[in-house]
Amino acid sequence: MGHHSHDIEVTSTSPYEFKSRNRMIAGAMIIIGVIAIAAQFATHHEQTWANLLMNNFMFLAFGLGATFFLALQYVAEVGWSTVIKRQLEAIGLVLPVAGVIMVLIFFFGGSHLYHWMDVGITDPKAANYDKIIAGKSAYLNAPFFWVRVVLYFCIWSYGIRILRKNSLLMDQGNSTAIWKKTRRFSCGFLVLFAVTESTMAWDFIMSIETHWYSTLFGWYTFAGIFILGLIGLAFTVTYLKSKGYLQEVTEHHLHDIGKFIFAFSIFWTYLWFCQFMLIWYSNIPEEITYFMLRQDHYRGLWLGSFFINFICPFVILMSRDSKRKPRLIMAMCILLFIGHWFDTYIMVIPGSMVNISHHAVEGSAMVFGTITWMEIGTTIGFLGLLIYLVQHYLSKAPLVIKNDPLMEESLHHAI
Amino acid sequence: MHKESELRPPLILGDKTWHDITEDVCRPVESKANKWWWLAFSLAVAALLWWIVAVSYTLGTGLGVWGLNKTVGWAWDITNFVWWVGIGHAGTLISAILLLFRQKWRLSINRSAEAMTIFAVICAASFIVTHMGRPWVAYWPIPLPNQFGSLWVNFNSPLVWDVFAISTYFTVSLVFWYTGLIPDFAVIRERATTKWRKRIYTLLSFGWVGSAKNWQRFEEVSLVLAGISTPLVLSVHSVVSMDFATSLVPGWHTTIFPPYFVAGAVFSGFAMVQTLLIIVRKVLGLEDYITIYHIDMMNRVILITGSIVGVAYLTEFFIAWYSGVEYEQYAFINRATGPYWWAYWSMMTCNVITPQLFWSTKLRESVFATFIISIFVNIGMWFERFVIIVTSLHRDYIPSSWTMYHPTWVEAGIFIGSLGLFFTCFLLFARVFPVIAMSELKTIIKSSSEGAKKKHAKTVTQEVNV
Repeated sequence: MGHHSHDIEVTSTSPYEFKSRNRMIAGAMIIIGVIAIAAQFATHHEQTWANLLMNNFMFLAFGLGATFFLALQYVAEVGWSTVIKRQLEAIGLVLPVAGVIMVLIFFFGGSHLYHWMDVGITDPKAANYDKIIAGKSAYLNAPFFWVRVVLYFCIWSYGIRILRKNSLLMDQGNSTAIWKKTRRFSCGFLVLFAVTESTMAWDFIMSIETHWYSTLFGWYTFAGIFILGLIGLAFTVTYLKSKGYLQEVTEHHLHDIGKFIFAFSIFWTYLWFCQFMLIWYSNIPEEITYFMLRQDHYRGLWLGSFFINFICPFVILMSRDSKRKPRLIMAMCILLFIGHWFDTYIMVIPGSMVNISHHAVEGSAMVFGTITWMEIGTTIGFLGLLIYLVQHYLSKAPLVIKNDPLMEESLHHAI
Repeated sequence: MHKESELRPPLILGDKTWHDITEDVCRPVESKANKWWWLAFSLAVAALLWWIVAVSYTLGTGLGVWGLNKTVGWAWDITNFVWWVGIGHAGTLISAILLLFRQKWRLSINRSAEAMTIFAVICAASFIVTHMGRPWVAYWPIPLPNQFGSLWVNFNSPLVWDVFAISTYFTVSLVFWYTGLIPDFAVIRERATTKWRKRIYTLLSFGWVGSAKNWQRFEEVSLVLAGISTPLVLSVHSVVSMDFATSLVPGWHTTIFPPYFVAGAVFSGFAMVQTLLIIVRKVLGLEDYITIYHIDMMNRVILITGSIVGVAYLTEFFIAWYSGVEYEQYAFINRATGPYWWAYWSMMTCNVITPQLFWSTKLRESVFATFIISIFVNIGMWFERFVIIVTSLHRDYIPSSWTMYHPTWVEAGIFIGSLGLFFTCFLLFARVFPVIAMSELKTIIKSSSEGAKKKHAKTVTQEVNV
């Protein structure tokens, strides 16, 4: 039996060719984004900084989700996924760019986004003194916040850098030792990831509504990040296959990716429901305000995100066949992108608009988030950047690792 | 065609044939028990007798024989209930989630882990029934028409959700376990040399003949049951956590509870599997099937879930401070520094620090270290539930009603007795049921046994030479 096994070999020995047509498309999307963002600044659109945060957060989530999943492949000694590691790397490599943009957003827009950054808010003598926020200032203060922000992006960027470096080394042979080293490194990375992911979710998003708190928030955010990483992977793989690349990836691999999307969409729903239900049930003023704001003013998006992100994958991806159809998986990725766009919107925008209203002139009406061409344009811009960078990194190395010690398992993967 | 990397260690040691597996697994069932088994069994039954005495005394006299008071209305009863339900989770995780993740090493341990699940749920249920005080109306939480004497149940109550969650869990686990047992019972039936053994195992094996159709149905049912069991791994302990988290009690009301309880349950369940299997593999001579690699893999699960639990502890503590809510903050300060500080620090030491020792490969592969650490985790997870329940209750919103909780000998009897019940069941299981899913294990002999791996390595070398 075993001795015919070397019939299948790695055929994707060359990188992806980033054609000028695709460069143009991605470039055009980025230009649309730049125009949309410029227009927001020019018209003093209240939502500008919140839009930037929300979109860059999703951009970051693609990279972070993919890097997490990549590290997990090494830690769990996964065989089947070996042929798709390079795609995860290409998505993960956007992390440093997301980091730079995030730093810019916080530097110029932090005080617009975060109520706790307001001058005087922790000063008992100031007119806008807030006792609750003052109580949190040991954690929520600008210097410590900046230390954390820099630390997060350094850790994550370093993580994906080493994973990539080792993977390229495996192309050159003597791979078992490198693979073992990478597994060890990935263990350390996942430990740091477990801590930084939660605190990042508190820092970047939960602290927008500074009074509000939820212990589950970090893990809930993680579920969304993971889904984005997975749909990034699924889309990249199916796209490459549709262009004739990645002959090694079969419907069996697609099936497994589909299972992950299916399972973790339910996991996301589970956490969504736990967080909502426990707060709704207890109905404590400190907590319930969060959901009241969303229920009263953003009901469509709030429930929409729940239905798209749960019902759609649950019903569509339930059957075995659907997970093996590339076009269906692609459509699912687009649908889930929209669903998680809704979810991120619901996490970021409502609270930011409340903060904007605080900053507005006394007596002016409360402002709420909207979805106009400017919001959609911003998202197109960030998507353009993502598409550009992922293709760029795919064009930098062969699409499949050459000597990964688990490659045989992946090439012969059949379920 | 399936291919296995050389990096994967063998899952069956020694050059085992299919017949060897049958012999090794059936031996305990077909031979007489040794004196160690009788000694353990006597101890377990003695504890079980104490359980019967303590439960009878409770039911005959009333819940006043327990140490509960009007401030601490839940204590050991629910601590033990949650502890036992949690222990059950390893079985479901192994048989359902590890099946979906195609982890072949589950095959040597799934049978006894599932048995453990069932016995643990029985122990858990016994605490629910006894803490009701009037077991003859134990059917009241079931939505039955009012003519039966109770009021229609309150579906808003998480305690009612619990009734559904636990009973579904028990039913599915039992069916899953039994389905897996059928082909193995048939093997014992075919080998039976005495009339009664033949009769009993004929009855138990449901007319299994091992035809292709039998196996095809078996595979289908297993997959469907795995599909149903997977959400149960998450839902059961989530619902258990909601018994607390839906309340307004500081220290109980926290949104992280459901996933954190699930992680803790898997953590404690694997610890109990280790405790049991380390003894079972030794006593029944199954070291070739439950290998050091199996122990290592389970220790990795313990390390991961223990770390998740640790992150959750720190998150709760941090957010309690961050919330700015005085009551929430006090609940956590009181846990760590109040009169129950010793319980809190026992929990922290056993659950957060000890599993971190498993970063060392040497300790993960040491049977002795694993056994000791698994006991620590068992103790730690008991203290976790005690800390959550008692320290949150004993100092409530009104300082004048602050009090302590002191368990009585009756409660101690019911707890120790439940261990007796558990071990009595498990020891009987180890005598009359095949403790390893031999029919399923045989499916990997050609890919993952030491013999197959040696043969494969030899073929590869020959080819290279040619």
